[in-house]
Amino acid sequence: MQLDAKIPQGDLAGKWDNCRFDNKLVNPANKRKFDVIVVGTGLAGASAAASMAELGYNVKSFCIQDSPRRAHSIAAQGGINAAKNYQNDGDSVFRLFYDTIKGGDFRAREANVYRLAQVSNNIMDHCVAQGIPFAREYGGTLANRSFGGAQVSRTFYARGQTGQQLLLGAYSSLMRQVAAGKVTIFPRREMMDLVVIDGKARGIIVRNLITGRLERYSANAVVLATGGYGNVFYLSTNAMACNVTAAWRAYKRGAGFANPCFVQIHPTCIPVHGDYQSKLTLMSESLRNDGRVWVPKQQGDTRNPADIPEQDRDYFLERKYPSFGNLVPRDVASRNAKEVCDEGKGVGETRLAVYLDFQEAINRDGLDLILKKYGNLFQMYEKITDADPSKEPMMIYPAIHYTMGGLWVDYQLQSTIDGLFVIGEANFSDHGANRLGASALMQGLADGYFILPYTIGNYLAQAGFDKQPVDDPAFNLVEEEVNERITGLLKNRDHNKAGTQPVDYYHRKLGAVVWDHCGMSRDKAGLTKALAKIPEIREEFYENVYIPGTGQELNQSLERAGRVADFLEFAEVMVLDALEREESCGCHLREESQTEEHEAKRDDDHYSHVAVWEYKGKNEQPALHKEPLRFENVTPSQRSYK
Amino acid sequence: MAAKKIAITVKVWRQTDQKVKGSLETYSLSDISTDMSFLEMLDVLNDQLTMEGKEPVAFDHDCREGICGTCGAVVDGVAHGPERETTLCQLHMRHFDNGQTICIEPFRAKAFPIIRDLIVDRSAFDRIIAAGGFVSVNAGSAQDGNNTLVAQHRAEQAMDAAACIGCGACVAACPNAAAMLFVSAKISQLALLPQGHAERKMRAQAMVTIMDNEGFGNCGNERECENVCPKGISIRNIARLNREYLRATLAANE
Repeated sequence: MQLDAKIPQGDLAGKWDNCRFDNKLVNPANKRKFDVIVVGTGLAGASAAASMAELGYNVKSFCIQDSPRRAHSIAAQGGINAAKNYQNDGDSVFRLFYDTIKGGDFRAREANVYRLAQVSNNIMDHCVAQGIPFAREYGGTLANRSFGGAQVSRTFYARGQTGQQLLLGAYSSLMRQVAAGKVTIFPRREMMDLVVIDGKARGIIVRNLITGRLERYSANAVVLATGGYGNVFYLSTNAMACNVTAAWRAYKRGAGFANPCFVQIHPTCIPVHGDYQSKLTLMSESLRNDGRVWVPKQQGDTRNPADIPEQDRDYFLERKYPSFGNLVPRDVASRNAKEVCDEGKGVGETRLAVYLDFQEAINRDGLDLILKKYGNLFQMYEKITDADPSKEPMMIYPAIHYTMGGLWVDYQLQSTIDGLFVIGEANFSDHGANRLGASALMQGLADGYFILPYTIGNYLAQAGFDKQPVDDPAFNLVEEEVNERITGLLKNRDHNKAGTQPVDYYHRKLGAVVWDHCGMSRDKAGLTKALAKIPEIREEFYENVYIPGTGQELNQSLERAGRVADFLEFAEVMVLDALEREESCGCHLREESQTEEHEAKRDDDHYSHVAVWEYKGKNEQPALHKEPLRFENVTPSQRSYK
Repeated sequence: MAAKKIAITVKVWRQTDQKVKGSLETYSLSDISTDMSFLEMLDVLNDQLTMEGKEPVAFDHDCREGICGTCGAVVDGVAHGPERETTLCQLHMRHFDNGQTICIEPFRAKAFPIIRDLIVDRSAFDRIIAAGGFVSVNAGSAQDGNNTLVAQHRAEQAMDAAACIGCGACVAACPNAAAMLFVSAKISQLALLPQGHAERKMRAQAMVTIMDNEGFGNCGNERECENVCPKGISIRNIARLNREYLRATLAANE
């Protein structure tokens, strides 16, 4: 596997210009001769499909949901960053670039991150033009708020539903192209595999989720915009359908998988409350501006929080980080919550929660002001937990939220397979080892509206516009393999067989192993243990999973089983990556590599690289390749929050 | 409130596909935690059915935090169930009593054919949006964001309408199976903002035409739609839709 990042020549600010100038162009009259497949209709997929159709390409857009409008980008709350400097507070493209690369703990490419900051302003302009109802000042100008620890106000927002509004904007542009005949949408289709012919991505096999039939589609290039793999942990803030299957299938066809161990854990989520639980809900981290995090000093203290006097409470973040207090970054807040719970001081029925207490803020500012700031969040919390945060402290616990790792792509967003492009959360690109708040929306839309439409042209201009017939032997072969996998999942037909379990049983089991050993903090012993356990669960899964129904119909158990099967393979590479990276950086904390203050300690001498895994065949150890990271415009520094 | 365990009976609409007749089947569930969401209760039911060798109940769901609009069913005659401004995934079992029988049916409308059990085909909504629920602007051609000023109260009103999640509860609740709350939410959002003005007439006419062609009914001012809307979209938007449509059909083209 050759890793050529194809970073353009020139100084940092000129690289994107140079790239666009050097890229080959497709003549406007020729664009209609090219077909492009886009899998996924989140911010990245919908914006890419719409923009390429606007340019004249023929786009086939696939999604797993019943409509392109439902992709999980819709759940993003906080906002989207842009370096507009509308607040006159000293923001600039370079500052947004610097904050993003530092927030990622210096594990991302300078050139990519700088380009992201450069196009951030175009994104905002386009989204305003689409009629997205952003928050406004009285004078009618766009409002901003500060977010994610940035020292400038650069986050644009539409109430607490920014992701929804941006996605519906991209969806409306997509549907406009559907009406124009340039995009065909294929909803309720799940990508089952990638078809590579002569080293080039030429098509996909999808399963029609209503009829169960396999369908073949070909194109001149394939774009994956299939999101992150957070659901490998079973419980996460991701939507239920989020999965690694498309990315994993591409990996097994030759695409490198980069930094799979970089997974972001968000500190303020509603805790797990029972074995039946299907997902976790995020509460905006803005709550930490006024809430105080604490646990009882005494282990196993089951008194009501109101009955625990001040001297028996441990405000552990304020105690350990006097200058940042409750506002330490996401990874630090998460790890400390886990630490106190591991010490047996956790609260709630499961003992896996800490208090987030607003009493002092209410006493200081009055309930009205606090409700004005957080009323909707208090309501949402009450709806789920039946407890009123204005009367008793919230209970929170960290949860899996976003995956920075993903398929490796070069500067042109092309994977290690020619003609396979990967955008949005599905690629590894711009967030390094930790993503800043309000940057996910920015990256998804940057890739889709303003980067891929240019770079894919460079590939197509050189690839030629021959049509790929879907009766090619390569399609037959891949479809046959997909069929075998489905048959393998359906082989247990006796639900009464001893040891038989439904799909989710194995998903929960896998989730528990990776959460315990490859979650908020990791060490060699735990990771090694996980590496031994995962194949056992996989074996048990194939031996005992019972899936009702057939493959030739709508079968939601079968859909989930296919995804769990891939998670069971992918998890091993994720754990291997965590084991291999013997340093701490961003969200990846190796117990063995900490500063004296228990903070992540990077090892730039040995790990200033992107770890890229190459599939080597069944039962073979994947090969590790390294793309070195060079910092010419910023100097990597150690983070400290004391 | 500490969680309790309750036992319930559910009557669920079962239908293999559009071609066969469906019916309500009755199942008993014990040990349902009152902290469970309604969909988690259905997960438990499905695992139970699976291990009994029966077909699990097919239902649409995704984000399970009330924003994607994928889930939805009629619970005891009410779309999304008894809690106001709450999607089915955010409805919790603490709102039901021990021993209660709960009836669960799909969103029913001529324009939403049943696919299986509780899953219906809402693609008519996509076709309505494709008819005109957009601003025709290509990526790259926008002016600076702050060149378009929008009064704060206007932006807020537009946001109230834009909050629609496209779940289809409004259609299921309406005696005429009208989609006017859904259509009016998009029309209002873009009519309230200057960005939408260039295509205002085309949009109102095109979206209403497709809405009619898809087999949705007309508004009869029953207000059932706004009562079940999980995002509290007001029927004032329907009044605005009617004004926009009138304006589009009566006023001369300039």
